[in-house]
Amino acid sequence: MRLLQKNIVPIVFIVLCTIGFHYSGLSWMFFANDLMTRLARNSFLVISLIIPVLAGMGLNFGIVLGAMAGQFAAFITVVYNLTGITGFFLACVLSIPFAVLFGWLTGILFNKAKGKEMITGLILGFFANGLYQLVCLIFIGWIIPISNKALLLPSGIGFVNTLDLKIWQYAIDKFYVFKLKGITTPLLKYLNNINFPVLTLIIVALLCTAVYLLFRTKLGQDFRAVGQNRHIAEVAGIKVDRVRIIAVIFSTVLAAWGQLIFLQNIGNVQVYGSHVQVGTFAVAALLIGGASVSKATIGQALLGTVLFHALFIVSPLAGKNIMGSAQVGEYFRVFVAYGVIGIALALHAWQRLTKKE
Amino acid sequence: MDNDFLNKLGIPRLIISLFLAFLVAAAFSFGLPMGQIFSAMLTRFGMNSLLVLAMIPTIQAGAGPNFGLPFGIICGLIGATLAIELDLRGFTAFFFAIGVSIPLGAIAGWLYGLLLNRVKGQEMTVGTYMGFSIVSVMCIFWLMAPYKSPEMVWPYGGDGLRVTVVLDGRMEQLLDRFLSFTVNGVTIPTGLLLATALCCVLLWIFMRTRTGLAMSVVGSNPRFAEASGLNVNKYRLLASVVSCAMGAAGIVIYSQSYGFIQLYQAPLYMALYSVSAILIGGASLQRATITQALIGTFLFNALLVIALPVANVAMDSDISEIMRVIISNGIILYALTRKEVGGDAR
Repeated sequence: MRLLQKNIVPIVFIVLCTIGFHYSGLSWMFFANDLMTRLARNSFLVISLIIPVLAGMGLNFGIVLGAMAGQFAAFITVVYNLTGITGFFLACVLSIPFAVLFGWLTGILFNKAKGKEMITGLILGFFANGLYQLVCLIFIGWIIPISNKALLLPSGIGFVNTLDLKIWQYAIDKFYVFKLKGITTPLLKYLNNINFPVLTLIIVALLCTAVYLLFRTKLGQDFRAVGQNRHIAEVAGIKVDRVRIIAVIFSTVLAAWGQLIFLQNIGNVQVYGSHVQVGTFAVAALLIGGASVSKATIGQALLGTVLFHALFIVSPLAGKNIMGSAQVGEYFRVFVAYGVIGIALALHAWQRLTKKE
Repeated sequence: MDNDFLNKLGIPRLIISLFLAFLVAAAFSFGLPMGQIFSAMLTRFGMNSLLVLAMIPTIQAGAGPNFGLPFGIICGLIGATLAIELDLRGFTAFFFAIGVSIPLGAIAGWLYGLLLNRVKGQEMTVGTYMGFSIVSVMCIFWLMAPYKSPEMVWPYGGDGLRVTVVLDGRMEQLLDRFLSFTVNGVTIPTGLLLATALCCVLLWIFMRTRTGLAMSVVGSNPRFAEASGLNVNKYRLLASVVSCAMGAAGIVIYSQSYGFIQLYQAPLYMALYSVSAILIGGASLQRATITQALIGTFLFNALLVIALPVANVAMDSDISEIMRVIISNGIILYALTRKEVGGDAR
């Protein structure tokens, strides 16, 4: 019973996904393949949220800035035509300076708004999006010269809406694809014919291990100590503000890489759109996995990614078959993303208040 | 003395005023039609003022700016669409819409207030996401609701209501045109400004009644309020009710002046723009006055109105939307990073 209570959120979503899957009428193979692709391309972004949660800063809506850093790096590789797997990894390297800078600034801002990190992060995401548009739409081609005119709008100023990333699409996803065949064992046979993007999965696994190991180092312990109680940590001689900034920088860099993995799968970048919903969707996924504002594990991040994206896949068709309109399913999943965050935040605030009284 | 003056004016307000002055000067030198621009400024000011005034009750009651304004806004949209569904026109339609919106908004505000009382200290984050959720729930509502009016549903076999409903001949610019006159090429939307003034007076009176004063006490010092026998939660609830009801009426005024009812995702960020407008006016997350709301609404909207034509002439690209995003969110960030003076040290 306790187990049920503790995991109520993932359980509700498992039920929702099962119902949705049933009514969507999708074949298992299509569903499973789509889910595998989405798991590979989105889990990195979700995992990037864990460190700030454990450092007591709540859900870092500021990872939108990380996504922007990733996209800047992607633009550079497009402009200089860096192709293939080298191009992709170069983009990852190039994104680091941007992400560290953005993360550092975000961290400073969060330190000035302690206790209000989440709303600050959210608004910062909107604000940064304004600056991002200023750079991509006004400065590019005017202050920042671009030689390849095909990337610019007809007026010669500003990037076009969609930049093609064919140069390194599937750079790691298709590096080595593994497919099971001819398994007849009752349960495992569902794994037949699913394409596993092995290299991507290995990278995600490496990241999980790294995050796990990080929390066993001195720095990781500092994160936890700051997360549990800022004042006690301060007294114990931990430089709280510095540790918090480092946590945000980590998160931002990981988000930048996460966005690059996402883009290499999609194969193009919506210059003015790809990053906008990154924060909301990643946060919703983490919460659906059963995490809260102050507690999150790698397992929850992965489970949440699976459930959230399973819902993404089935909801338009399920909406069409149940309510007679695909639009309903579309809006329903947007509602789920926002609603889950709203409810989780409300529950967290409520619990903290009742604990205090 | 000088420093004191600067503090009172506030650095953001100073910057924005100077920027506005600069843009007005630029517009003059480009020879843009100033009459039209000033008219548009006045109209935009009247259009948005009630939505911004709606921030005052919750701020004063200590619940922060009302990020849950969409709760009120959707009620106003329901009122306005019902008026068209019933084939009403002119002032009948307008007053019917207002009459339906306010009680609905009050109920929504009451429910939202119950939630707010359970999440003290996190009102802004929770409010924002609850607002987003209710907007997306209402998207489903607009799709499924059994509206029949051919002016509102998609003409051929589409589902539900249109994204924007044209108010032409229904109540388009009803208030704006009421008693309006033109001086030196500037059209004064008299009715709209009168309506704004009326709202201000009503709110001013309300904030000075026993209830209104108690509300401000609850906001400025909850412990003291509790000790002197005021029910903190009750007043916070009331503030949310008043705020959402104002938001509901506010969107009806907004829509009639705009000439369209915007449904679906349109109300998503409206709360943010209202919050930033009042903050630009010099309000903090804890204190706000009617004057600040009015100044903020004017500065913010005047800036947006004039930026578009100036930018078009000067650099041939649409920078005003970008500016709106940067300014409105920048000012909220600025307010969030201020040290909280007074208020409840949680």
